[in-house]
Amino acid sequence: MNSLATLSVRNLQTSLLQKKGLLSLVRGIDFEVMPGETLALVGESGSGKSLTALSIMRLLARNAQWQCQGEVLFKDNQGLEHNLLTLPEKTMRTLRGHRIAMIFQEPMTCLNPVITIGQQISESVILHLGLDQSSANASALRALEQVEIPAAQQRFHEYPHQLSGGMRQRVMIAMAMICKPQLLIADEPTTALDVTIQAQILNLMARLQKDTGMSMLFITHNLGVVAHHAQRVAVMYAGQIVEQGSVADVFAHTQHPYTKGLLACLPGRARQLSRQTGQRVALLDIPGQAPSMAITPTGCSFAPRCHSCFEKCLQSLPEWRGLPAHTSLCHLEAHS
Amino acid sequence: MADWRESFRILFARRVVLMAAVLLVGMLLMAILCTWVLPYEPMAMKVSQRLKAPSLTHWAGTDELGRDITSRIFYGARYSLAIGACTAFFAALFGTLMGLLAGFFKSLDAILMRLVDAMMAFPDILLGIALVSILGASPVNVILALTLVYTPRVARVVRASTLVIRELPYIEAAHAVGLSTPRLLFKHILPNLMSPILVQLSFIFAYALLAEAGLSFLGVGVGAEIPTWGTMVASSTQYADRALWTLLFPGLAIVLTALSLQVLGDGVRDLLDPRLKGNT
Repeated sequence: MNSLATLSVRNLQTSLLQKKGLLSLVRGIDFEVMPGETLALVGESGSGKSLTALSIMRLLARNAQWQCQGEVLFKDNQGLEHNLLTLPEKTMRTLRGHRIAMIFQEPMTCLNPVITIGQQISESVILHLGLDQSSANASALRALEQVEIPAAQQRFHEYPHQLSGGMRQRVMIAMAMICKPQLLIADEPTTALDVTIQAQILNLMARLQKDTGMSMLFITHNLGVVAHHAQRVAVMYAGQIVEQGSVADVFAHTQHPYTKGLLACLPGRARQLSRQTGQRVALLDIPGQAPSMAITPTGCSFAPRCHSCFEKCLQSLPEWRGLPAHTSLCHLEAHS
Repeated sequence: MADWRESFRILFARRVVLMAAVLLVGMLLMAILCTWVLPYEPMAMKVSQRLKAPSLTHWAGTDELGRDITSRIFYGARYSLAIGACTAFFAALFGTLMGLLAGFFKSLDAILMRLVDAMMAFPDILLGIALVSILGASPVNVILALTLVYTPRVARVVRASTLVIRELPYIEAAHAVGLSTPRLLFKHILPNLMSPILVQLSFIFAYALLAEAGLSFLGVGVGAEIPTWGTMVASSTQYADRALWTLLFPGLAIVLTALSLQVLGDGVRDLLDPRLKGNT
């Protein structure tokens, strides 16, 4: 593996400790995020995308017991590599919000309602860069201007409820970017926003990424966003990455049936078909449901929903095929 | 809270809150100034003036020893208000601390909450009586006893709210910024608890006022020689059939002050919630 990567996740397994035993939710995933690169992590709800992000940040909900195995290697700006899973909590705290920042899905609920915007943004520079309040305020104000919030000076003293959803997401981005992190983990940052605001926020993030050269792990289920804003994509299904490669490759030469299914589900595909046939075509979907995570499959976890499923798929676990630049977890090619 | 004048305008836009505030400030001022302003000494006995009905010379009448009740009410307000305020303050302080810790740290939850359960198993006034009889009757011991009685109440309310707030996304987001646990607790969770705490503060102030009166009435309060509203009500019971005013005016002082405190507490709570700001 290449050691240039900002973040390399190796065989990450996250399980929930229950009375009945371990419930394995992230089942051994590997990926890397290069400096300045955006890796998109896509998959449907419950596939383990957010859990992966939280495992990396070590922010798994404290009201449950978790077990994380594998390695999450993060390289800081001095070139030092840290295994985030074994780091003491105190060191981890100095990385969180400073070297690794995170943006959440719900801008409505991710800001503290009783603290002003300015205070919330300046808090992390005071904490991580040791600035005093006045220079922290100045830098928070600059951050607000950087995320293109109009009348930043006035907004600075306002409370979250006085801002619209798009504005709040900009504030979240300002909070995340203020310490100039090397890695930004964005967990569905635009899902809760309407389409026009989505585009603005995505362009803003792209611009900030270009300016600072940070890496981004972009979690989404919107393949349109992936096509425009990511260099590489990893498709997750039932706690595993099933296909990984450059965006151009994965979209043009899709290998895994699940990825094919996802692409077919896009409304654009149905529109294309209806234009060709001259009839209204219903939106396509992938039949069936994602499997219960309580069952450990003996074969490919996608097999029950797969069009191209054959005997071997049900019997043995698939292995990686294809070149390292574009791989998928499927029996298919070996069979044909 | 940048603009205090604006805050006051919103707070007193509701007339009942304004009335409550005026009453409390008036009571406080009189409590401080009474010995200079009022014509009678609160302790001065005059046997010829025993149990005189309210008149122009004695606005609220006199008690069984000929002492002016108006003077005694305002003089007694010093003790009653001080005991109420101190109890409310200390109960809120310790209760908030206990509740925050119990709500945030699972390991402490069971221990602290069972302690709270044990304390709450005793009826309020009974626990108060027991504590004061052990410690001895004095204003400080009454405060101590009542603080112990009301701390568990605050602890429960604060714990419940902490449990809710702890799981909210913005606390997770604050965690992702890399904040330490104490900072998270006191800078991010505590400000969100201000409204329940303030409500408890005003309630407990009022409760403590009543409880002090109750304890003094039962003879285990601050001591009979100190004129609090409670001791005044207590000593008036023997004469209430002939001289109702000896009971009525101290009682009225208790009721009005307790009521005003609750109204003001509600008003301040509404004001402190930034989501309600600008909607009035």
